[in-house]
Amino acid sequence: MLSVVTFLPLLACAVLPLLPRTLPDRAYVWLWIATSAADLALVIALWVGYDTRGGMQYEQRARWIPSAGVGYHVGVDGLSLPLVALTCLLFLAVAVHSLREKRRVRSYVCLFLFLQSVSIGLFVALDLILFFVFFDLSIVGMFFVIAGWGHGERARAAALRFFLYTFIGSLALLLGFIGLCLAAEPHTFDIVDLTRVNPLAGHGLYAGLVLLAIGVGLAVKTPTVPFHTWLPPAHTDAPAAGSAILAGVLLKMGTYGFVRIAMPLLPGSWRHYALVIVVVGAVSVVYGALVALAQTDFKRMIAYTSVNHMGYIVLAVGAAGTLAGTDAQARSLAVTGAVTQMVSHGLITGALFLLSGVLYDRGRTYEMDAYSGLAAHTPRFAAVTAVAAFASLGIPGFSGFIAEFQIFTGSLASQAVATALAVTGILITAALFLIALRRMFLGPARLPETIPAGGIRDLRTTEALSTVPLLAVALVIGVAPRWLLDVIEPAGRTLTGLVAR
Amino acid sequence: MSTVLWLLIALPIGAGAVLALTGPRRNRLVPAGAATVAAVTLGAAIAAAVTRPAASAPLFAGMEAGLAVDGLSAVMVVTVAAVTLAVLVFATGEFAADENRGRFFGLMLLFAGAVLVTVTATTLPLLLMAWEVMGAASWALIGYWWQRPERAEAADVAFLTTRAADLGLYLAAGAAVAGGVGSLRLDALPHAASPWLHVVSAGIVVAALGKSAQLPFSFWLSRAMQGPSPVSALLHSATMVAAGAYLLLRLVPLLDTTEWAGPVVAWAGAVTALALGLVAVAQTDLKQLLAASTSAQIGFMVLAAGSGGVAAGTTQLVAHAATKSGLFLAAGAWLTALGTKQLPALRGAARTHRLVGAAFTAGALTLAGLPPLSLWAAKDEVLAAARTGGTGLYAVGLAAAAVAAVYSIKAVWYVTRPLPESPQARYDTEQRGTRGVARTASAPLLALTLAAAVLGVLALPGPASWLRGLVGARGEPSPAPWELGLSAGVAFASAGLAWWCASRPAPVPRAAARAAHGWLYLEQAARTVVARPVLGLARTLAAFDDRVVDGAVRQTARGGLVTARLARRLDDGGIDGAVRAVAASARRLGHWARRPQTGLLHQYYAQAVVGFLVFVLIILLVR
Repeated sequence: MLSVVTFLPLLACAVLPLLPRTLPDRAYVWLWIATSAADLALVIALWVGYDTRGGMQYEQRARWIPSAGVGYHVGVDGLSLPLVALTCLLFLAVAVHSLREKRRVRSYVCLFLFLQSVSIGLFVALDLILFFVFFDLSIVGMFFVIAGWGHGERARAAALRFFLYTFIGSLALLLGFIGLCLAAEPHTFDIVDLTRVNPLAGHGLYAGLVLLAIGVGLAVKTPTVPFHTWLPPAHTDAPAAGSAILAGVLLKMGTYGFVRIAMPLLPGSWRHYALVIVVVGAVSVVYGALVALAQTDFKRMIAYTSVNHMGYIVLAVGAAGTLAGTDAQARSLAVTGAVTQMVSHGLITGALFLLSGVLYDRGRTYEMDAYSGLAAHTPRFAAVTAVAAFASLGIPGFSGFIAEFQIFTGSLASQAVATALAVTGILITAALFLIALRRMFLGPARLPETIPAGGIRDLRTTEALSTVPLLAVALVIGVAPRWLLDVIEPAGRTLTGLVAR
Repeated sequence: MSTVLWLLIALPIGAGAVLALTGPRRNRLVPAGAATVAAVTLGAAIAAAVTRPAASAPLFAGMEAGLAVDGLSAVMVVTVAAVTLAVLVFATGEFAADENRGRFFGLMLLFAGAVLVTVTATTLPLLLMAWEVMGAASWALIGYWWQRPERAEAADVAFLTTRAADLGLYLAAGAAVAGGVGSLRLDALPHAASPWLHVVSAGIVVAALGKSAQLPFSFWLSRAMQGPSPVSALLHSATMVAAGAYLLLRLVPLLDTTEWAGPVVAWAGAVTALALGLVAVAQTDLKQLLAASTSAQIGFMVLAAGSGGVAAGTTQLVAHAATKSGLFLAAGAWLTALGTKQLPALRGAARTHRLVGAAFTAGALTLAGLPPLSLWAAKDEVLAAARTGGTGLYAVGLAAAAVAAVYSIKAVWYVTRPLPESPQARYDTEQRGTRGVARTASAPLLALTLAAAVLGVLALPGPASWLRGLVGARGEPSPAPWELGLSAGVAFASAGLAWWCASRPAPVPRAAARAAHGWLYLEQAARTVVARPVLGLARTLAAFDDRVVDGAVRQTARGGLVTARLARRLDDGGIDGAVRAVAASARRLGHWARRPQTGLLHQYYAQAVVGFLVFVLIILLVR
């Protein structure tokens, strides 16, 4: 079942080249929509059948490279199931958004289907090498998306930088994985087995180095300060669909790696170096927010808010590794908040990037000062963007608050100073989003010269259908979060137990 | 039983969301629909106040989202729902046919729902959620006329200032969990372990002072006056700004447990009541005057909370809500009719629009604290509570009461003057006036004014003890007869003085007058001390990010290229060169080896002889 969910998009991708070339562009996108919708339906079925108290479920194992201790092992628990669902939903939204794509649609659709398989595969992988393969393939897929469908020559440079930077990160990750495998007896890359064995308990420096390698690899992908500078150019020059997937799904691979691999497999070193992780998280929060505040480019600004939002996750998982001064409830809150933040950020920032694509489509620029009073011409676009901005600044009623509130309340006990500093992040993000809204949408109406005399179009149906549902899900989570938290919380408790051992 | 509670919450929020989404399409139906919803909500509020329902649902691990109507909440829900109804009925006549009424009425209902959640929440997470939604609704409503950049900016200032204070609630929640109150129930907060208890108190006090526009956060309320008048009447006088005072009244046990918190809160309220009262005196814009007086009057509620006077603070809150929303509606009616809110331009306005004038005058006399109107009695309850905290508090409170009479009478003086020669010339400073007051305006104005005048009965001995029982504060002091007399005397004396002085320039230093007119320059101070440094830091960090952090990455990449080039040179010149040198020397050796091969026999013999001799020589030498 899980393998079907994972490889269904890849199957569709394989079918695409067999279709006659005479088909209209839209047919390919419709095939993509159908595939993504089917995949989402399957995931909903998985969710319905998921036992919230059951630990790892829907597991599948197959022999792959037994001589090296590598196997095909997949499964989902409360940490990964929400992310798998998020991935399917986001790809469906992006598919709907892409109905108006005109450039080399067949390869475009194929690439995104490939990326979808890879992303789901990463979140269900329970073998380090399988994880690594999907991790690297996602980089490859996104490289082609940015280079092929981005904004001109700069996009190719940004794509190259993105590829090299995250690829180097992945090599560090591989080094760490090998270090883990060699410490276990018998050598294995299986995450479940390694979690049980805890091979590096009491290994001191060796375990620290392995954590360093894995931590750097994941930090590049997340990204945290100071490994974040590949993110703004990659986002700014990527197509809207690529940005939405990059921010919504690919960034989660880094943070998911923390909760799936770094914490349960290296609990001792995680606790030992928790303070470092907390500091990195708090710095990312404040630094990302402040740098975002100074941006004049709408998309670049959102990219930096991603650094800020990912910082909350890093802060929370670091605080969950600090045992002193906390009880199990606080640590569980922090981890649950971190996973909720992954889902929340995917939904809201995904929507924001799609909306920034609408902005570029109309005005051919992301410069905020080029626009003024857009709300007069495009009331629906303004309203949806305002709602997304407020959701992103953590207004209660949307998922961001549910995540951030848990992160703060769970982290304050053990890391009071860092958390108190990080709380200011929600004020700075509020300021930057309000300023951006005011610059672009409010005030007297003025449009960039690039917009033809015919005026500017409000949100199209496809654009609304791809963004509003994402915000609607964020709203549902924000108002009635139990259905999501019931899945995440038991897994979060298990994880805090694993870290504390 | 909890059905009533869910209805009370869900109806305004749900209807508000629907109306806000319909936008201007149903402009004709929206006002009536919104007023109907508000009326049903009031019914639900009264039912809830009688039946006292409670409900809860799981929210986070170990934390519930609890709602309950107890005595204090019962008073609050009825007050909030009643003011909402009055303001929305008034607003039905306020907007032009082409304005987006759906957005306005929808947001107002959404806001009212958020306030109702705030005043019924029993746990901190739910309270915080509603608390912040109030702020967001306030942002959208202040910026309702977003085409004017200064209004949008005012909305930003208001939202950011209140949110800065709201951070206190986030920290308080975290500190409560750290202090062992995992449930985050409001009534369990005093049990938090020290030192976290102090963080909880501090966070809550800061958040409450921010929301209630107390010093030093008062300036945002001045900016909030850029919004439509019904917004000022509902959000920025009766409900949202009162929420901070409500929270402090609700958490009096927490303030008691944290010994320092009560006096700090009491003094913050007293100083605000006095200082913002003086600010109000210096205003020449009617809405600004009312806004400053709102800060000052809420200062009395905060003073009551800090002194442990829950019943006193509640009486003040209810009486002030009725009084001030009526006054704002009257100011709004004039603004719509005459296009101005400048006091000099409003000379004689009460004579042209008599009903509005009568309502305004009655409201302002109430605000002045003149007996037997409601705020006189309410304020004395507060002062009686304050006297338990020391004579200093009482004296400052009494001085603030005197100032209240001055600014109220100043406003009355202007609007009741005889009409000047050509009043029209001074009108339309803000917008084009309609020169008429909508018919829908009179009923809510009269209702609110009547309530403002008679709510003082709550301070009569019988009703007062009933109210004390209701809010669970039986042992609170009542004002002694001499206190009532003293405050009445002070009110009349300052009112008379204000009337007499109104036409003369005030005998105060110019700098002080200017500071009071500019709301004590608090906004400039916040901009200089907080906003500008943060923006500067942001720009510096952005440059640092581009040049240093990203520069390091670029240098690393460049370093890689340089290394590659070095490696190429090493490869070309070094390794490949060595290989080629080996080849070349082999070739050279071969070349030399070919030279003896001349093909001439005698040369071979000669070589053999030389070779033999060398051989012999070596043997001889080695031996």
